[in-house]
Amino acid sequence: MTYFAGEYDVAVIGAGHAGIEAALAASRLGCRTAIFTINMDAVGNCPCNPSIGGTAKGHLVRELDALGGEMGKTADECFLQSRMLNRGKGPAVHSLRAQIDRRKYSDTMKHKLELQENLELKQAEITSIEKADGGYLLTTQMLAQYLCKTVIIATGTFLGGRIYVGEVSYESGPDGMFPATKLAESLKTIGLPLRRFKTGTPARMLRRSIDFSDLEVQKGDEPPQPFSYETESLGENKVDCHITWTNDRTKQVILENIHRSPLYAGRIEGVGPRYCPSFEDKVMRFSDKPRHQLFIEPCGENTEEMYLQGMSSSLPEEVQLKFYRTIKGLENCVMMRPAYAIEYDCVDPTAMNATLEFKELPGLFGAGQFNGSSGYEEAAAQGFVAGVNAALKVQNKAPFVLTRANSYIGTLIDDLVTKGANEPYRMMTSRSEYRLLLRQDNADERLTPIGYELGLISESRYQKFLKKQELKKAEIKRLKSTTIAPSDELNAMLVSRETSEVTTGIRLIDLLKRPQLDYECLAEFDTDRPDLEQNLFEQVEIEIKYEGYIQKQIKQVEQMKKLESKLLPVDFDYKQLNGLRLEAQEKLNKIKPLNIGQASRISGVSPADVSVLLIWLAANKGK
Amino acid sequence: MNDSKTIAAISTAQGEGGIGVIRISGSEAVAVADRVFQNINNRSLTEMRGYTAAFGKIISGGEELDEAVALVFRAPHSYTGEDVVELSCHGGVYITQQVLRAVFEAGAAPAEAGEFTKRAFLNGKMDLTEAESVIDIISAKSRSAARAAMSVKDGALRRRITKIKDDLLSLTAHLSAWADYPEEDIAEVTDEEIISVCTASERELESLLSTYDSGQAVKEGIDAVIAGRPNVGKSTLMNLLSGSEKSIVTEIPGTTRDVVEDTVLAGDVLLRLSDTAGLRDTDDTVEKIGVDRAKKRLEQCALLLAVFDNSRALEDFDFRLLETAKNVPSIAVINKTDLPNRADIDNILNYIDNIVYVSAQTGEGKDELIKAIARLAGTDSLNPSEGILSNERQRADVAAALAAVKEAKGALEMGLTFDAVTVTLEDAVSALLEMTGEKTSDEVLDRVFHNFCVGK
Repeated sequence: MTYFAGEYDVAVIGAGHAGIEAALAASRLGCRTAIFTINMDAVGNCPCNPSIGGTAKGHLVRELDALGGEMGKTADECFLQSRMLNRGKGPAVHSLRAQIDRRKYSDTMKHKLELQENLELKQAEITSIEKADGGYLLTTQMLAQYLCKTVIIATGTFLGGRIYVGEVSYESGPDGMFPATKLAESLKTIGLPLRRFKTGTPARMLRRSIDFSDLEVQKGDEPPQPFSYETESLGENKVDCHITWTNDRTKQVILENIHRSPLYAGRIEGVGPRYCPSFEDKVMRFSDKPRHQLFIEPCGENTEEMYLQGMSSSLPEEVQLKFYRTIKGLENCVMMRPAYAIEYDCVDPTAMNATLEFKELPGLFGAGQFNGSSGYEEAAAQGFVAGVNAALKVQNKAPFVLTRANSYIGTLIDDLVTKGANEPYRMMTSRSEYRLLLRQDNADERLTPIGYELGLISESRYQKFLKKQELKKAEIKRLKSTTIAPSDELNAMLVSRETSEVTTGIRLIDLLKRPQLDYECLAEFDTDRPDLEQNLFEQVEIEIKYEGYIQKQIKQVEQMKKLESKLLPVDFDYKQLNGLRLEAQEKLNKIKPLNIGQASRISGVSPADVSVLLIWLAANKGK
Repeated sequence: MNDSKTIAAISTAQGEGGIGVIRISGSEAVAVADRVFQNINNRSLTEMRGYTAAFGKIISGGEELDEAVALVFRAPHSYTGEDVVELSCHGGVYITQQVLRAVFEAGAAPAEAGEFTKRAFLNGKMDLTEAESVIDIISAKSRSAARAAMSVKDGALRRRITKIKDDLLSLTAHLSAWADYPEEDIAEVTDEEIISVCTASERELESLLSTYDSGQAVKEGIDAVIAGRPNVGKSTLMNLLSGSEKSIVTEIPGTTRDVVEDTVLAGDVLLRLSDTAGLRDTDDTVEKIGVDRAKKRLEQCALLLAVFDNSRALEDFDFRLLETAKNVPSIAVINKTDLPNRADIDNILNYIDNIVYVSAQTGEGKDELIKAIARLAGTDSLNPSEGILSNERQRADVAAALAAVKEAKGALEMGLTFDAVTVTLEDAVSALLEMTGEKTSDEVLDRVFHNFCVGK
């Protein structure tokens, strides 16, 4: 017997990384919000790697922080070790990654949700969702019913979750949680296009069963850099990671047992990601590769569980143990949790707008793995956008859309809703065509004004940001107006850095333009340098060095904006346009792009089809 | 979405060929044609099915203009995808124009340039690359140009571009994999590797670009001047090349008073050939204007055919011509080889490397002359079936790719980081993809996952 349990402006189904940001954003914007989790001890759980950030993902965390999201701050609070990846490959691909204490992260996030005004955190499995007057009616397994103006689905791998370990298979969420078994049916009933994806995770090993003595140590950066623009300092790195390698014997075990893999035996129907293959997948697909690298990462400060990055598997437990024990350092390893593959229901993201609201179901939003993405950071970014848009919808305000030109978050969402996802979508720097503009160092410059306008950046933080911008302007002006006189010392330094000597005075800015020089090596000649924060020097230096490229990308952004200003009707049937190829007609009818720019990014819409659209738009002008 | 207008135009090149075709396209095409066309068996065109033909007369204002064949195409089975009637008449600029005018009076509107192709394109009859090729075929004035245009559609150029694109794509994918998976054991990309791929691509793109001008020589023709002292046999030579009598040929020096132009197909090369008035001092006012004009033309031409009389010693005039010839691509044509040699050939060779002996009178030496022209126009080494650039859009894309490759190399040499190099290489790839009508979006990532073992 159901009972009516209350009403909310925004309801969030799932308290993983997407759900958390969605719920916090919506409640902070003043909406009465509820967040439902199947297990109260799994809020903000990290069921895979015990780390936040990484290539392009670090960008997402920084952007989220610049907008007023929570992930960066919490990661800073729970950090164990931090590294800036890709130093030396250029500022566009610098990415921050932190090992974190996963239990502490979960507890911290749970506590933040509990403390948040306007927000109620509830343990309940949502078993059905129905359209109702004034929104959607949610029912829990305890038969409570909630009427919600807007709903955000952030079910992660819980929705229809099924675990595979060799021949063993059972319905389950991640980390031994209950799966959400009934909701999927109800989502299909209201018309969502669901499909199956799969992902996987490696085993966790007992620390003292591992012999670290011959393994390569990987230390954090000193000093470690925080994600959040609000975190002053992280203190010192607390842990080391280790690197080891597989060998011929590892490969041999895999080859002898590959028939026992559920994927190779055809028992899994879900589509797995190419970038996150199980170890057996790597062996089969790249059979000429003699060895594979793996990282041993601690799961927390108060646990002996160690995560084996690079070694996910869905082979039977006994086979796992056999191949793990062929690896140097793991010869006597004791397995605490086996590796597994998990298959789950998710939605075709092309059914959504860039606000992450379903086109055909106003007020219903999706975020995170449910939208076909993969990764904590991708989930959090979408959760934030969905949460903000749900709140704006409740308040009858204009929607919030980030673009490819201003963020990785905008790029991620545009990719999902425009191109769709044929496999779990992971953010990568190569996905952004404007990556010299969208750097992790300038996320605040790009997005903090937007976060402030939304009301998610505090006045004091915004003032601090404005002050920083002023200081930056002043510093650039100073570099332009300060001339350094030639000297033997200066020329000696220039020669040592393999760049040309100077015979007359030279402006600081012209020295910094040289790729071989940086702030550091100019310090002794630049005696009047103001004392500014490191991030500011970094931004200034990058902007000066890469000015030509930055200008070029700004031009490309302008060109794309022109295409995006050519609006397409959303109610047009593209089947009527014979010049388009059949595939393009179908894709355009499915996506209903808002403009030529978006249309040009749809896979299956060729440049020739875009020309047809342009000719057609031109031909219909004034009609 | 179809334009409601029924349009018409002459669809054969004006003044060429023995038949003039007027194409009418649109929903009223058959009705319009029926108003000007009188079928010999009195059957109306409107009763005819697609892919049928009728013989009859073109009537305008009660007068018979010409005999004609009417070909009826029914939508969508026509070039444009609309109803189409093609009226083939006997040709000649005047008659064809008259017939077109009659068609306009019967209700058709003049077609704008490329409008048939545009309609074909909008009605799904061709994609952009095909449309461009068709446009090129229409304008191609020689066999070679038609062959080059076909090779775009058939993919010779596409194959060449694809090869360059693949090399750059592999490099970009390597750079991306290396950047996006810093902790995988992906081989470090070295400066040498980037430079080597860039240099190879640069060379190939440059070679493609260099085909463009030769390609244009094939398609658009090159400005050529035929010059020599009066009565040296220029007009006869021009007629030999063009195969008809366009210039006035007499034995009286100075007959050719003005610049006479003709388009001449010399082998595969289209020459826009001007036969000039002889280069001589004259008091005749009319002739002087001609002589001045000829001089100017001569200094600006892309190919000079300097004609000398084999049977006469070189004179001041010949030396003046040789002086000019030093500064423009020239062929010395020694005419009248059927007569005894009196001209100082060695002296001519001091000025012009390319020398050909002909007898314009007998036609002897014509083939050698054509070969020499091809060599100078750069078309002898040009094999259109290998894929050459044949229009401005393709040239622009290749030029953009080349500029990007050079920039990437420059950035690397300057010491800039790989991220700047990578985005520049991606510009090159996307310019090439644009050319073949493909899409940039996921090419790099697909290559990353195909070539590299990455993941957690």
